[in-house]
Amino acid sequence: MKPLPVELDELACERDQRELFASLSLTLKPGEVLQVAGPNGSGKTSLLRIMAGLLPASAGDMRYGGESVLRGSGRLAWRQQRLYIGHAPAVKGALTAEENLAWLCALSRPVDSDRIWEALAKVGLRGFEDVPCQNLSAGQKRRVALARLYLEHHPVWILDEPFTAIDKAGVAALEQHILAHAGEGGMVVLTTHHGLDHLPGVRCLDLEQAG
Amino acid sequence: MRRIIWLLFCREWRLAWRRPGDLLNPLVFFALVVSLFPLAVGPEPSVLRTMAPGVIWVAALLATLLSLDGMFRSDYEDGSLEQWVLSPHPLELMVLVKVVHHWMMSGLAMVILAPLFGMMLALPGSVLPVLLMTLLLGTPVLSLLGAVGAALTVGLKSGGLLLALLILPLYIPVLILGTGAMDAALQGMPVTGFALWLGCLAVLALTLAPFAIAAGLRIGVSE
Repeated sequence: MKPLPVELDELACERDQRELFASLSLTLKPGEVLQVAGPNGSGKTSLLRIMAGLLPASAGDMRYGGESVLRGSGRLAWRQQRLYIGHAPAVKGALTAEENLAWLCALSRPVDSDRIWEALAKVGLRGFEDVPCQNLSAGQKRRVALARLYLEHHPVWILDEPFTAIDKAGVAALEQHILAHAGEGGMVVLTTHHGLDHLPGVRCLDLEQAG
Repeated sequence: MRRIIWLLFCREWRLAWRRPGDLLNPLVFFALVVSLFPLAVGPEPSVLRTMAPGVIWVAALLATLLSLDGMFRSDYEDGSLEQWVLSPHPLELMVLVKVVHHWMMSGLAMVILAPLFGMMLALPGSVLPVLLMTLLLGTPVLSLLGAVGAALTVGLKSGGLLLALLILPLYIPVLILGTGAMDAALQGMPVTGFALWLGCLAVLALTLAPFAIAAGLRIGVSE
């Protein structure tokens, strides 16, 4: 399916009676990467969670291909379109990397174990496929979660601090993968404190100025 | 759909078997409470027999309560629940599978152990089928109602006490019906009425609780 543009329309977010941002409007076209920036507590994660569908927006709307995804039938369709990887990587310590990925992918579409091994090799975890994740380092756990980016086929990626605990080589590989995804017409929204200025075509949304 | 149910079941099994401590906790608690009573009140069979229904049911109830707090907690903390909520698959179905698994680990295991403890408390053999039947109908209700409380308190740092306060009043009908059936059986009276009421509660909980659990988890995750 061809990716469609994501539009935010006058989106607002309020937490504990404090306005984080209001009247946030922008259009994310296929092939674009959007970096959400701003100081701590400016609502970066809240914006990502609203876009993912975890948090209700206090006002405004969000549309995918012209159809609202915050209310109505568009909500279900949106679940097939976006991949959200949050702060907590959803990796179970008692399960191996392969078992974790098999389950996380099955939540949208099951994949076979050959592809999981391939994806784990791409994130630099060859040889760790059947190690329980509690024995992996924080960075390796994050890599297990990020291996989903090589396995699933959602046009929109919503990534909250994907570079946390990842080493330099891993960051470079992930940046390339994000650009490749955008090159195929996908869209990526991410928060990071790591500068992405050296990457071509990355838009930046500063919530402090917007809010 | 069938595949996701199966995969979730396998995942829960693996998680349970790799942390056998969590698995055994409620069972050991159940066994300890039931086996301490004869030591405390003396081995007089007539005394034990009158107390047995109450002791077994209260122990089963508290053992279930003990295991509830951890039901969704680890999935909440490591972000797994977020992914469940975001999945295109119905959350209600996934939580039902999770509760069924929880029941097999606690309720069903207690049902299997119950005849042994029944005999230890001098229950006559003719009453044991009634004990099994009431536990088999009652423990799923305990797990399902408890999961509603666990879902509502999942976002709280120490929800254990609140969970007990929320859930215990809802457990009382099951406790009364379960022990009532046992008392009736001990006196040789029919137990059909109690069994039908327990069955009603079980069917009601099985159909409605998954929606309440899913709604509670959605609220917990969006906090």
